[in-house]
Amino acid sequence: MNDKRQTLNNLLVPILSVLMGFLIGAIIMLVFNFNPIEGYSAMFKGAFGTPFYIGETLRQTAPLIMTALGFALANIAGFFNIGVAGQALLGWTGSVWFAISFPSLPSPILLPLSILAGVLAGALWAGIAGFLRAFFGVSEVIVTIMLNHTSLYTVNYLIRNVMTDSNDSTPRIPEAASLRMEWLTDLTNNSTLHAGIFISLIMAFLVWVLIKKTTTGYEIRAVGLNPMASKYAGMSTKRTIIVSMLLSGALAGLGGAMEGLGNFQNVFVQGAVPTLGFDGLAVALLGLSNPIGIIFAALLFGALKIGGSSMPLAVGVPSEVVDIVIAFIIFFVGANYVIRFFLERNKKKTAGPIEKHDSDKASGTPESLSGTEKADKKEDKE
Amino acid sequence: MSQIENVIEMRGITKQFGNFKANDNINLSVKKGEIHALLGENGAGKSTLMNILSGLLEPTSGDILVNGEKATIDSPNAANLLGIGMVHQHFMLVDDFTVTENIILGSEKTKSGFLDQKSARKEIKELSDRYGLIVDPSARVEDITVGMQQRAEILKVIYRGAEILILDEPTAVLTPQEIDELIKIMRSLTKEGKSIIIITHKLDEIKRVADRCTVIRRGKSIDTVNVKETSQQELANMMVGRSVSFKVDKVPSEPKETILSVDNITVKDSRGIEKVKGLSLEVHAGEVLGIAGIDGNGQSELIQAISGMTKVESGKITLQGKEIQNNVPRKITESGLGHIPEDRHRVGLVLPMSVEENMALQTYYKEPLSKNGFLNQGKMRSYAEKLAEEFDVRLQSVSEPIASLSGGNQQKAIIAREVDRNPSLLIAAQPTRGLDVGAIEYIHSRLIEQRDNDRAVLLVSFELDEVMNVSDRIAVMYEGKIAAIVKPEETSEEELGLLMAGSSLEKARASVENPTAEEETIHE
Repeated sequence: MNDKRQTLNNLLVPILSVLMGFLIGAIIMLVFNFNPIEGYSAMFKGAFGTPFYIGETLRQTAPLIMTALGFALANIAGFFNIGVAGQALLGWTGSVWFAISFPSLPSPILLPLSILAGVLAGALWAGIAGFLRAFFGVSEVIVTIMLNHTSLYTVNYLIRNVMTDSNDSTPRIPEAASLRMEWLTDLTNNSTLHAGIFISLIMAFLVWVLIKKTTTGYEIRAVGLNPMASKYAGMSTKRTIIVSMLLSGALAGLGGAMEGLGNFQNVFVQGAVPTLGFDGLAVALLGLSNPIGIIFAALLFGALKIGGSSMPLAVGVPSEVVDIVIAFIIFFVGANYVIRFFLERNKKKTAGPIEKHDSDKASGTPESLSGTEKADKKEDKE
Repeated sequence: MSQIENVIEMRGITKQFGNFKANDNINLSVKKGEIHALLGENGAGKSTLMNILSGLLEPTSGDILVNGEKATIDSPNAANLLGIGMVHQHFMLVDDFTVTENIILGSEKTKSGFLDQKSARKEIKELSDRYGLIVDPSARVEDITVGMQQRAEILKVIYRGAEILILDEPTAVLTPQEIDELIKIMRSLTKEGKSIIIITHKLDEIKRVADRCTVIRRGKSIDTVNVKETSQQELANMMVGRSVSFKVDKVPSEPKETILSVDNITVKDSRGIEKVKGLSLEVHAGEVLGIAGIDGNGQSELIQAISGMTKVESGKITLQGKEIQNNVPRKITESGLGHIPEDRHRVGLVLPMSVEENMALQTYYKEPLSKNGFLNQGKMRSYAEKLAEEFDVRLQSVSEPIASLSGGNQQKAIIAREVDRNPSLLIAAQPTRGLDVGAIEYIHSRLIEQRDNDRAVLLVSFELDEVMNVSDRIAVMYEGKIAAIVKPEETSEEELGLLMAGSSLEKARASVENPTAEEETIHE
C-alpha cells in the first residue's frame, strides 16, 4: 500500500520535471516571439509525424538506452560513472576497427564479433576506473572524467595514424558488419533505423533481470546502499565494484557500437566525446535508474533531438532556442530535488509522521555515497 | 493558584496522522522547577507530544498553556520565544564549527555588522560556570566527546533563554560517568528555577532524577505519578500494560567445550591506534560471556576482529578448533559465527531494502534462497515470513523497507536472521541499545535460549545491569585488555564500575568493602 504511493510519488517527480521544462521552453519561445504551440507541434511532427521520423527517433533512442543503462548500473552500485561518454566512444571505435580489419568474414560471424569488440573496449575502459577505485580508493568520478579526455585523443590518434593513413575518418564498414536491416529501412522510408533498438530493448530487460533477480544484482544493490552492511554480510565490495564498472562500461560500449555499426557506419575524428554519454546520464536520472523508466526517458530525449531539428525549418524557431528548451528539461531533471522538496512539503502538511523523516535521511543518496567513500578508505588501510 | 504553579499545561492533546492517532487526548502538566519524566515504549507517542510542544508539529486538537496563558506554538521559533527549548537525541551541531559558533548559531550577536564572538564567549562562560556545564568554547565539535557535545546542546538552548528544557533520551549515548555528570547538571538547572522534561524509557534514571513521571502508552496518557511513591516495577507495568520481569529467568549454566578462543590478539582501529592489546579469552558452549566496559576500550575492535571486519595484527583466534583470524567475513560466518552487530543501522541492515531482502543478507547466495546465481524470490518471501512469525517481528508486509519498522522490530529481525543459521558462536553487541523494556525482555530470553541450546554467546554491553543479568561470566575490558573475569553472583555494580575505570580486582574488592578508599583507587 505504502509501496504503491511511493512509486507514484517517484513517477511524479520526473513527469513534473519534463512538464516544467516544456513550460519554461514555451515561455522562452514566447519571449523570442514564436508561437510555442506551433513550435511544439512541429517538434512532435518532426519526431513522430511520418514513418521516416519515427525511424530516426528510434535510431536516436537506441544508443541512449544503452548509455543510460550503463550509467544506471554503476549508480545502483553507488558509483558515479561520468565516463560513459568515453566508454561509448571506445566501443564505437573498437567495433568499427574490428569490422574493417576482417572485412571478408561472413555476416553471422563478423557482426557479433564486431559488437563484442565494442563491448569489450567499453568494459575495459570503465574497468580501469573500477580497478583503481577498488584497490586504491581513487574517486571514480575524477578517473572517469580524465578517461573521457584520454579516450577522445587516443581514438583520434588511432584513426589518423593506425586505422588510416592520416585521414580524418575510417572507410565505411563492410555490409556484413552493418546493423542496418533492409526491412527496417524500407518500413521507415529510408531512415537510418537499425537493429540496435531491438538490442537495446533486450538489454534493458536483461539489466532488469540482473538487478532484480540475480545474486550479483542483489550484491550490487546492497553495496550501493550500504557498503558496511555488505561487508558484514560477507560480500566482496572490491569484486562488486569491479564487476559493476565492467558491466557499466560494457553497456556503454554497446551503445557506441550501435553508432559505429548502425548509424554512422564508420568512425571519425571528433572535437569532443559524443554527447551520447552525457545525454545517457540525464536519461538515467530521468528514468530513475530503472530500465523501464530509462526506455521512456530515452524515447523522450530521442524525440526532442530529432523533433527539435524540424523546428527551425517548420516554424523558424532557431535551433539554439530548441537547445535551450532541451537544456531546461535536463535542468529540471537534474534539479528534481527542488520538485521533490515541494512535494515533500506538501506531503508533510497533509499526512506522515515526523519519524519517517529520519529513515528517509538515512537512506538518502548523499549519505550513502559518502558512506561508500568512508568504507572504502577504511578498506584500503587494512 | 495551580495555574501559576504549572509552567506547562497540555490539555487533551490529540495528533492524528491519517487514520493513526499518535497522541490521543493526552494531558501533561509540568511544575516550575521540577524534573518531569515522560515514560513510554518506542512509538508510544512521547516524541510526537514533545514535537508539538517544541513547535515542530501542530496538534489536531487540544490546548497548550504556558505559564497559565493559552499559547499557539506553530514553529520552533514560537517555542523559543515562550522559553521552551529542546535538546534532541541526535545532536543538531555543525561538526566543523567550534562550540561557541554552534551555540550562537541562529542568534548571533553582531557589532557593527561583524560577529561579536568575544562577548558571546564571555556569556557562554558565565552560563557554563553557573550550571556546571563544562565545555571548551573554542574546541571544534568534532574533536570533543559526546558528553561535551550534549552539554553544548544544553548551553545552546539556555543561551536562547529557555526556561523549560526538553531532553530527548539524553542518556542513550552517554557513559555511566557522563550520566552522573548530566544528573548533576539537571539538578543545578532546576535549582535555578528552570523546569525539565526528560523523555526516556530507562526506569532507573527516572528513579534517580525525576520528581514526577507521566506514563504514555499507545498515544494515551496513563497516569502521572510521584516518583518517590512508586517503584520501577510499577512504572514498567504501567508503561507496557502488563507485568514485566526484570530478572532474566535462567538456570545455572553448564559450560561445555571451548567454542571460541582468542589468544593474545592485537588490533588497531581505522586510524592505526592500537585498541586491543594482547587480549585473550575463551567462550564455551552453553555459557554467556558478558564483556563489560566503558565505550572505547576496544570492545568494538575485538568484535570486528573476531568477525573478520578488521585485521588482526598478531595473535590467534580459534572458532571450533579452526583458526579464523584474518579470514574474510563470509568464511568466518560459515565456520559458525552469528553476529548481532553493534550498529544495526550502519552495519546490520540495508535500511532501504525490504524486510525479506534483509532477512536473506547472510544466506542469499545459497540454496534455497538462490540457485545458479538467480534469487528465488518466492523462497525469500516465505523464509522472511517464517522468521518474522517465529521471532515476533511486527510488520505490515515483508516487502516493506526495513527502515519503516521500529527499532525493536529491526533488532528482532537481525536476531532472527543470525540465530536461525544455528551458529555455534553468537556475538551480541549492544543488543538492546535504544530498545524498550518489552523488547529487552524478549531479546534477553532469546539469548538465554541460545545458551541453553549449547551455543556459546558473547555479549558486549555498556549496560551494567544487562551484563549482570544475562551473563554467566563477566569479563571487564579496560584499555584493550581483560582487566578481570568475575561471576555475576560474586560481584556488584560498584565493583564492576571500579574495574571498568581501571582499578585492579583486589583494589576494587577492597574499596567496595571500605568505601572511603574508593576515591584514591579511581585516581590511581
